[in-house]
Amino acid sequence: MPTALLGALPALPLHEAGKYVAAAYVVAFAVVLIYVAIMAVRLSHIQRELGELSRRERAAAGRQPDSTGESQLP
Amino acid sequence: MHSSSPSSPAVGSGLRALSIAAAAVMAVALGLVFFYAPLDADQGFLQKIFYLHVPLAIVALCGFVAGGLMAIMYLRTREARWDMRSYVAIHMSLIFAVATLITGSIWARGSWGRWWAWNEPTLVSFLIVFLLYATYQPLRFAIEDPERQARYASVFAITAAAFVPMNFIAVRLSTAYLHPRVLGSTSNLPPRMAFTFVISLLAVALLYATLCSCELAAKRARAQLRTLRRLADARAGAGADAGGQSRRTRSETPPMPAAGTLAAPAPRGGL
Repeated sequence: MPTALLGALPALPLHEAGKYVAAAYVVAFAVVLIYVAIMAVRLSHIQRELGELSRRERAAAGRQPDSTGESQLP
Repeated sequence: MHSSSPSSPAVGSGLRALSIAAAAVMAVALGLVFFYAPLDADQGFLQKIFYLHVPLAIVALCGFVAGGLMAIMYLRTREARWDMRSYVAIHMSLIFAVATLITGSIWARGSWGRWWAWNEPTLVSFLIVFLLYATYQPLRFAIEDPERQARYASVFAITAAAFVPMNFIAVRLSTAYLHPRVLGSTSNLPPRMAFTFVISLLAVALLYATLCSCELAAKRARAQLRTLRRLADARAGAGADAGGQSRRTRSETPPMPAAGTLAAPAPRGGL
């Protein structure tokens, strides 16, 4: 079945037009890839900031019992 | 700002499903383009660019119109999410428009022997629409006040969206028949070509929707992060003030405010 299917497929003509078709598809793919890469960098920034913020919050939570205890003194 | 969190399972699974669907349809479309669609009698193998270039152009132009419609929704409701959606739709359409112009130029080079034809109304009108939208972001980010930024950007998006149908009309009315007619002649395409074209259009539309969803999720995450940071800064400031005052006079120490009351509102239009 796969052999019959491959036999029925038209051969890809690699004449003059081939390089233009390849260039068009590669360029479109590259544009999307560059955009995805930029998105990945931005997401890594968000992740880093989130990590930094949660570290800060954890540190603040560790200090909080002292300050609240102080403010609750009679 | 938004009811759903970017990290919530509903958004995550939706985006994952959309990404998988886009990748699958794109793979099918590529298979159809190179192994199913027959070669064009006139242009031969070069016509394969048609299955990429035309869907990119259609999706980009539809995205510009969608951005205008979302801007109308923003002006009607004043909900920041519509402004954000409008911005993302236009932003993504600009990227698709760049890809359209580049793939179109490559096709023109192969078919006409030159990269650009200034006497071709379709090309020039698309370039005008592209350049018009290229001024959207500088205009938007030149305004500092988020409310005004969103309002002015929405008015721009609506006005510019009116130019998009002109692009289609220019294709119909153009007398220089250099650029191939696509939408008017789809019914004349052989069934295998028409089917491949429809699947390619669906693939590019799904790619557009996926990238828009990713961008929106990133923007929501950043907005939530900004709100969290502001909340943490305010809490730290209040804690420092309370600590300082308690050291001075313990009897005058104000009570620690609840975390929720310190949350500054998220920017309405700030992106």
